[in-house]
Amino acid sequence: MKHLITNINKSFDHRIRLGIMSILMVNEYAEFKTLKELLGVTDGNLASHIKALEKEAYILVEKQFINRKPNTKYSTTQLGKLEFKKHISALEKLIKHN
Amino acid sequence: MSDKDYLKDITDIKKMMAKSSRFISLSGLSSVYTGVYALIGGAYYYVKEIKTDSFSPYVAISIFLIVSVLSVITTIYFTHKRAKKINEKAWSKTTKQLLSTFSITLVIGTCFIIILAFQEKFEQLIPLVPLFYGLSLIHAAKHTKNIVKPLGVIQILIALLCVLFIEQSFWLYVIGFGLVHLINGLIIYFKYDK
Repeated sequence: MKHLITNINKSFDHRIRLGIMSILMVNEYAEFKTLKELLGVTDGNLASHIKALEKEAYILVEKQFINRKPNTKYSTTQLGKLEFKKHISALEKLIKHN
Repeated sequence: MSDKDYLKDITDIKKMMAKSSRFISLSGLSSVYTGVYALIGGAYYYVKEIKTDSFSPYVAISIFLIVSVLSVITTIYFTHKRAKKINEKAWSKTTKQLLSTFSITLVIGTCFIIILAFQEKFEQLIPLVPLFYGLSLIHAAKHTKNIVKPLGVIQILIALLCVLFIEQSFWLYVIGFGLVHLINGLIIYFKYDK
């Protein structure tokens, strides 16, 4: 049983973080506003979860200005994709195992 | 976390992936109406032109344009209505991606068709309409639930048949733009909309 748990990634163990990763897995990138609308969370809440994922180098943050307005794009890193896939298969195994 | 939570995680992940990348507000009714408009247009052309042996290409083009404009308006209307019903935004990033991939192929095709129309090469023009329409649909299908892909494949088959049997192209258009849209719309309506 223990070896199953080891692949469960603590960094993804939250509904909002799972949501962020899911969106970024199937889209080239997403903007802050898009993520916020899709997940239905507040700015502060989303920002803190993004920061956590960024700290692990699972997502890439790209800041730029469009018509003088700040615009932030998020995308997954190779590492993020790999870790997320591992996490999902760990979840699937756990469910099957029980 | 218990099993149930993990299971919920997986379903949440799937849902979020689908919601963020697929355009699910496309209503089957818009396809049904497109089919009906095309059939009415076809019937009008049959009575006015084919029965009287005049076969005017300009009447055919006018009918085609009217049918297309009506279909686009209907599609926009039903998409809005359906998006509201299932509580989703009609004008999302996926919509923009869908429209841009759809229109790239369509614009290229339209340029070809307009040039051929001005050169009055109507026989060469006929198969190009379903061909480019089909290609645009297949190209855009990755942003939908893939209900659009079979429609695109059928349009391309119609285009090939138009090249082979140019005399039958009126009936091929009636089948391709009329009947196929109608049936496709009904399938989508009963499978996804209900």
